[in-house]
Amino acid sequence: MDPSRRAPRAAIDPVPKFRQVGFFAPPERSQSGPPDPTHSSPPISSSLSPVMIPPPRHLSDNLLLHARPTVSPLRPDSSTAAATAGTSFDAADFFPALPSPAPSSSYSSRISGEGGFFNGGARGSGAKVAASSFPRGGFDLTAMKASVVPASELTTVSVVNDSLGIPEKEKGNKGGGSSVEVKDQSNSSKQQKPKTSKAERRALQEAQRAAKAAAKAEGNKASGTAASVNAKSAKAVKPAQKVDNAAVAASEKKGAEIPPEKDRKKDAPQPRMQYDDKSRVEKAKRRAVVKQTEARNRVELFRHLPQYEHGSQLPDLEARFFHLSPVHPAVYKVGLQYLTGDISGANARCIAMLQAFQEAIKDYKVPLEKTLVRDLTAKVSSYVSFLIECRPLSISMGNAIRFLKSRIAKLPLTLSESEAKASLQSDIVRFISEKIILANKVIVKHAVTKIRDGDVLLTYGSSSAVEMILLHAHELGRQFRVVVVDSRPKHRGQLLLRRLVEKGLSCTYTHINAVSYIMHEVTRVFLGASSVLSNGTVYSRVGTACVAMVAHAFRVPVIVCCEAYKFHERVQLDSICSNELGSPDKRACNCKRIWERTALPYTGVTIPRITKPPKMTIKMPKELTRSASLE
Amino acid sequence: MPDVEAHVTDFVNLLKKHKIEGSQATAKQTAELLRTVISHQRLPHTNQVTCLLNAVRAVGEQIIDANPIELAVGNIVRRVLHIIREEDHSLATAAMAGLGMSAGSDDEDDVERDDGPVLSAAAVAAAARSTLRPPSLQTLLEDVTVLNVVPPTPSSGGESEGRSRSVEKSSRGRKLKHDVIEAINELIQDITSCHEQIAEQAVEHIHQNVVILTLGSSKTVLEFLCAAKEKKRSFKVFVAEGAPRYQGQLLAKELANRGLQTTVITDAATFAMISRVNMVIVGAHAVMANGGVIAPVGLRMVSLAAQRHAVPFVVLAGSHKLCPLYPHNPNVQLNTLRSPSELLDFGEFSDLLDYSTGAGSLEVVNPVFDYVPPNLVSLFITETGGHNASYMYRLISDYYSANDLVIKQTPATGN
Repeated sequence: MDPSRRAPRAAIDPVPKFRQVGFFAPPERSQSGPPDPTHSSPPISSSLSPVMIPPPRHLSDNLLLHARPTVSPLRPDSSTAAATAGTSFDAADFFPALPSPAPSSSYSSRISGEGGFFNGGARGSGAKVAASSFPRGGFDLTAMKASVVPASELTTVSVVNDSLGIPEKEKGNKGGGSSVEVKDQSNSSKQQKPKTSKAERRALQEAQRAAKAAAKAEGNKASGTAASVNAKSAKAVKPAQKVDNAAVAASEKKGAEIPPEKDRKKDAPQPRMQYDDKSRVEKAKRRAVVKQTEARNRVELFRHLPQYEHGSQLPDLEARFFHLSPVHPAVYKVGLQYLTGDISGANARCIAMLQAFQEAIKDYKVPLEKTLVRDLTAKVSSYVSFLIECRPLSISMGNAIRFLKSRIAKLPLTLSESEAKASLQSDIVRFISEKIILANKVIVKHAVTKIRDGDVLLTYGSSSAVEMILLHAHELGRQFRVVVVDSRPKHRGQLLLRRLVEKGLSCTYTHINAVSYIMHEVTRVFLGASSVLSNGTVYSRVGTACVAMVAHAFRVPVIVCCEAYKFHERVQLDSICSNELGSPDKRACNCKRIWERTALPYTGVTIPRITKPPKMTIKMPKELTRSASLE
Repeated sequence: MPDVEAHVTDFVNLLKKHKIEGSQATAKQTAELLRTVISHQRLPHTNQVTCLLNAVRAVGEQIIDANPIELAVGNIVRRVLHIIREEDHSLATAAMAGLGMSAGSDDEDDVERDDGPVLSAAAVAAAARSTLRPPSLQTLLEDVTVLNVVPPTPSSGGESEGRSRSVEKSSRGRKLKHDVIEAINELIQDITSCHEQIAEQAVEHIHQNVVILTLGSSKTVLEFLCAAKEKKRSFKVFVAEGAPRYQGQLLAKELANRGLQTTVITDAATFAMISRVNMVIVGAHAVMANGGVIAPVGLRMVSLAAQRHAVPFVVLAGSHKLCPLYPHNPNVQLNTLRSPSELLDFGEFSDLLDYSTGAGSLEVVNPVFDYVPPNLVSLFITETGGHNASYMYRLISDYYSANDLVIKQTPATGN
């Protein structure tokens, strides 16, 4: 690749630098080091950026990511994302090539071979990897897991790496004669469409082959660099073969991953149920445990969201307690508590759900002729769908469920039933303590430093994190006043107010309409969040946006407190596309919305643009109380 | 005049107790009270106008003080004062024209008039009235025609007043009172019909399938929307409840009864919904001279949200809501706080508060009004049409005379 090409794309690509560095660089190096033929002269080490993370740990993970796009149903997404990276680079050459992962990774590797231009290359693949990681629902937890997975998987991965090497090498060769390359690429793109299904079929076979080759792979890798350099000259001759190879490589990679792959498909956030799609709603109804009567007065604007009569499910559920055999009592109890509103708040709901699952797992017995992994996953899914019927999941709960399912899927087959159950239970306990409780502690510790004597702090609704911050600051002896703003749907603020006044804080209570009246006095606004989405929007109780907006208008800094486990890769531009509808008051004609999105510009969240895939969050300081003053 | 004083005290008490709901009712009752005051006022032979002005001003001061937040009272008092001045002025000019016709000119003021075409007294009065007002868009064309007919516009009513008064004292005194009361009746009529006049313009602003957001309850808004509905426009209305009194629910019920597609949303959801809204239409408590609006609490928030989503924010206001004052610190000076019991039950938190230690205190803030600065308002719709916020001062100069802006002071007026 000549520098003239590279420069523009580096400029164009807006992806922040740090993004690739953490996650994507290492794979590149490990894969591309060997194949990099054109610029093989600079040693691999030179391309290592100081921030890079040593490869072995992420190896598996990365390859997973690369492998994914070919297989996943969401492939169009990832390929387009890759395409954008490619087009800026050199559209003619690369666009057709992109769908198959191997070539594109090789091109980026070529760039990275040049130590000086490491970033440019890394970016290309970084963007792509990012894209491919989306469907996967790559919450940091799962990402972490990948690195921890048992040895068996690691070995298969290394095989993949090996097989990958071949096409890359070839590609590299062709880099010299770009005309040839274009031909292949068009070739490969033609094959692309039929290939997926074929590839999938082939995947199984390849997986087995891959496993066999595992041991060999280890050795190959070591000698990879030298081989590739040699190969460069030799292989330029057979472009057609290369395409084949690439396909094989892709399928092989995919094969290696089959269990997680399937698993991912399952717990990837499915396109959310759209309730204006009649056939699907019918289907869902047939499956439903709880019979819900649809609201008589459905609001046109929210047709795509479930609108049910509230309060009708509870007696129905209670009556059918003994018929709902598949639902564990603990889960059943939690579900009812959701339904009645006894448990609310993202953290509380999440913890309650996890504890119920823990109970359920404790009492779980593997049925005859079934495997624990499959059966338990199905069980958990059925619990989850029960809970969803009681009340739609919060994003934090969705993340926790995804975590649990991935833990179940990753259970080594060698474990006995009791060991597996014990490990799952301890995982759950760990999740609660690390991701929620500890996270809150860190948030409190950090946020308290933002409170000074004489401050007037405003908070909206009732956020457990904010409450802890306020109480902690009070314990530290800070002199401040709290303004609790409340609004009608639930009057959660009153509960918070009660707890604060009990502890001896001086409080002011008002309703949301008066927020513009009180905002003059306020020096800081603390808000809780249900989730932070990947486009940087904060998803929180309805009204949060109003408060943030008014604070912005009065130039008051807004601080949003959100634990990292609530982060989600979804994007949302408004609060209508996806939301949870509360119950319309009897008196009023129609619906009220519970959740709402807060536009980022108003919340002074420093998470500047979380365009980064959530994978990045793991590298960010774990708990994010991001504070910033709005300028 | 014992019965007049009784009337005044009654009204003051009503105002103090906030018993009168809505600025329209307040305005109407104020006008009626002032009408009784004027009709019972005995006029001396000389200086009748000053006497009348002083009487009204004295009563006005009392009733304004009774509830300074109810700006409509002050507005109406000023309107009445303006009416008195105007009527006096037109009488004077009419009398002068009469003089000029009958007795010819013995005055240097009338020299210029002599050579002009002699006109009927009514025409001269109309011309005189228009001179009191600075030129405006409405009178743009009228002025021209009047000027064409009467090249020398009557200019010096005030100076010639003394002389003319001496000529026809008794008849003029009766005439003045009569005219003023007539004019006040007209004003009351205007106030009563302002809703219809505003509503007439609805079709110009509401098109098919528009989505409208409003907050709280306002009779003007109700009439406005219903007028559009009657003209067979179909559109949707979102009504925010308007905590803490939730009058939006009443409005929504009324709208739904009249067949409008209505959805109630919580106040908190306004930001979420505003992106789907084409227009925000709200009522106001008062419109200040700078175009700022004293509005029911919550509208500041709505207007900010509307601005953020570039949704037009339209304020409907009858002309009795036009206040000639400029707001200074409106959040404090032009606001009242209502009872906290609308937010929290009295007993609910009393168990927690320990007054002996003083630790842990609880305040409940329940303001009534919001101040919406003029830059957040896209359009005012009054009886006279749609106006920009920056045009408000101009409307105000139509309705009020500059001498009356401060009521309390007893100025040595030119009259």
